[in-house]
Amino acid sequence: MPFNPFVIPFNIGLYFIILYVVARGVVWFRDLPRTDKLRMQRGFFGRPFILSIKEIFMEGLIHRKIFKVNPVLGYMHMSLAFGWFLLILLGTIEADIFGEKHLNPPYKAIFFRFFNPDHGTAGLAKHYGFLMDLILALILSGLLIAIIKRFWSGIVGMKRTANLKFLDKVALTSLWLIFPSRLLAESFTCGAYGSGSFLTGSLGTALAGFLPAEIMAYPFWWLYSLSLGTFFILLPRTRYMHIPSEMFLIFMRNSGVRIGDQYGSCADVQIHACSSCGICLNVCQLSTSADITNIQAAYFVKGLKREDDVFDIALNCLMCGRCDEACPVGIELGPLRMIHRRAGDPPKDTMSIWSGYLRLRNQNIQDNGESHITAFQYLKPQPVKKGPEVLYFAGCMTHLTPGIPIAMRKIFEAAGIDFDFMDKDGSVCCGRPLTLAGKDREARELIRNNSDAIWRSGAKTLVTSCPICYKIFMESYHLDVEVLHHSQYINRLIEEEKLKLNFLNKSVIYHDPCELGRGSGIYSEPRRVLIHISRLGKSNHEKEDALCCGGSLANLKIDRRKITDIVSDVVEELTLSNPDYLATACPLCKKTFGKADIKAGSEIKDIAEIVAMAIVSEPPEAIELKKRTKLEKVSL
Amino acid sequence: MARNFGFAPIKGRVIDFDRNDKRVFEYVLEREPSFALCIGCGGCAATCSAANFTEFSLRKLNILIRRGENDEVRKIVDRCMLCGKCTLVCPRGVNTRNVVFLTREAFEEFDNYAI
Repeated sequence: MPFNPFVIPFNIGLYFIILYVVARGVVWFRDLPRTDKLRMQRGFFGRPFILSIKEIFMEGLIHRKIFKVNPVLGYMHMSLAFGWFLLILLGTIEADIFGEKHLNPPYKAIFFRFFNPDHGTAGLAKHYGFLMDLILALILSGLLIAIIKRFWSGIVGMKRTANLKFLDKVALTSLWLIFPSRLLAESFTCGAYGSGSFLTGSLGTALAGFLPAEIMAYPFWWLYSLSLGTFFILLPRTRYMHIPSEMFLIFMRNSGVRIGDQYGSCADVQIHACSSCGICLNVCQLSTSADITNIQAAYFVKGLKREDDVFDIALNCLMCGRCDEACPVGIELGPLRMIHRRAGDPPKDTMSIWSGYLRLRNQNIQDNGESHITAFQYLKPQPVKKGPEVLYFAGCMTHLTPGIPIAMRKIFEAAGIDFDFMDKDGSVCCGRPLTLAGKDREARELIRNNSDAIWRSGAKTLVTSCPICYKIFMESYHLDVEVLHHSQYINRLIEEEKLKLNFLNKSVIYHDPCELGRGSGIYSEPRRVLIHISRLGKSNHEKEDALCCGGSLANLKIDRRKITDIVSDVVEELTLSNPDYLATACPLCKKTFGKADIKAGSEIKDIAEIVAMAIVSEPPEAIELKKRTKLEKVSL
Repeated sequence: MARNFGFAPIKGRVIDFDRNDKRVFEYVLEREPSFALCIGCGGCAATCSAANFTEFSLRKLNILIRRGENDEVRKIVDRCMLCGKCTLVCPRGVNTRNVVFLTREAFEEFDNYAI
């Protein structure tokens, strides 16, 4: 049988999707900036290409990262993706070996059983048929989990699963129909001809026992072809666009292309590479602790894809970076949100041609007419003290937790460091809160004012107590002085043996502040300091998996009561082992922790305060002796 | 003439609640309901980073927005650095930072689409 009209829907879908993906890829590449184009060209002929193939196999087909997070979910994704891939690959080989001729059109491989109904009854063909049935069984088992997950998400350990819209549902249904209809179509055909292996063969024989198998088979072949065709046609408009986009993204990332700070091709690829798998929903503390369930990364990205107004969603986020860490596709979710915060409400005339199949994005940053505003003209150059090599910048938040600057002063004095307290009379904000609100231009003015003061002071080292300030000092100040967070600085003082500390014999749990940990990658120094002076224990959320205190300045929209909900959960989680101190390295975390009910016995302390307590105070006789020797020297 | 005497008659200052432009207040209140909780204690103004350098009082700003004296608000609202100290000290849990952010947003919106 050379041809049958039922293959037409499949053929239309297949050729459409191939042409579409190629065209889309070309458009994405064309819209990249020149440097990124060069990166990708270089990547194509080098190591990145090989790395990408490996990563596409490991992440796109096997879904290794999802396996790590949740084995059941990983199995589901793996069986569908890898299983389908194998089915296509081995099906093509099967059609090539056992078909009438070599190099068949794709439909001959996909509907092989229809065109060769009595194939595979003996020898090698039989074993091959067994393999094909095994793969189909693998896919069907994954599909079963997917269906269960859709209705009872708790079974696979997911607290929530992504909500879908109409087109997604149609595409999902067609995807779900593909494999059962294949199973039934093959089974009926096999039943009629007495062929097939353990799955299609036995099911076919059973069905043929009481049904007219030959007549029943044909509609199911139509259904199989139709569901494939529908799925392919709808793919660009639904979340399944992540399949081609993810491959493109992996190659892009391996070539060194990053999202940058404005909308462009890379952001568009990342938006489309989101599969709405919902892993970000489960790590987001706004969803797990505060019951805010419409702003998570999956919904944000989906909103961007549909060009909805997501400005409020973009602002309602702690920017703690937990979803960035968890995303199995590696979408730069934080930077994506920042781009949107900066851009403000999207221009309404962004065009969608062919109702969303191709879109023309406005490539340029909108000029929102703010360039003339100089909001901070009132800021005069700050008075500076020349001389000390170390400059201490407490930061706004630290002024609300006076214990920290007092402790820092004690530490500096104990180590004999000549320092200048840059903002002892109140600081000019570092600019990070404005940056986080998307007001880059205004932030620039504050940055200029502070940089000027730092430069004029002639200091070599800038120590700050606030991770929020630290992050912007590192990212946007471009200072030629060394910037250290106080935990790094204290660690250095200990290593250089300038600071002599007692062992406190207290149990401590350390909480990684978001901006210091995930934001700036500083995990080891605070831990080394704490190990030096105390018994540092482990919580269930260490390093990259650290929780956010909930007080983040990044969230402009959150209700104060919701913050209390979040921080109560966090403190409860971190004080499970009843530590003497719950240590943190951020004044804002410390201040926020203060809102929660803390178990009796545990105390919230900044790392600097604990260190200050451990400082070896010299016995009075020694001080007396020093004074006397000094006096003797003078008298001599 | 008046200048020569070293003093001048005080200019009439009447706030007409019926005629004042309450759009900004309504815009903010709709999007940040906690704005209504403010008791005017002045904690925000006391801790303010910007107030350290210039005349800026969030407490005053709140009252001006409520009264609908938008011209006064427009003059000073950009001075805020959005550092967030006021939000942390507010005893009533007003999201003061968002109030400032929304006020600016309201001005942008009403300036662009003047009625």
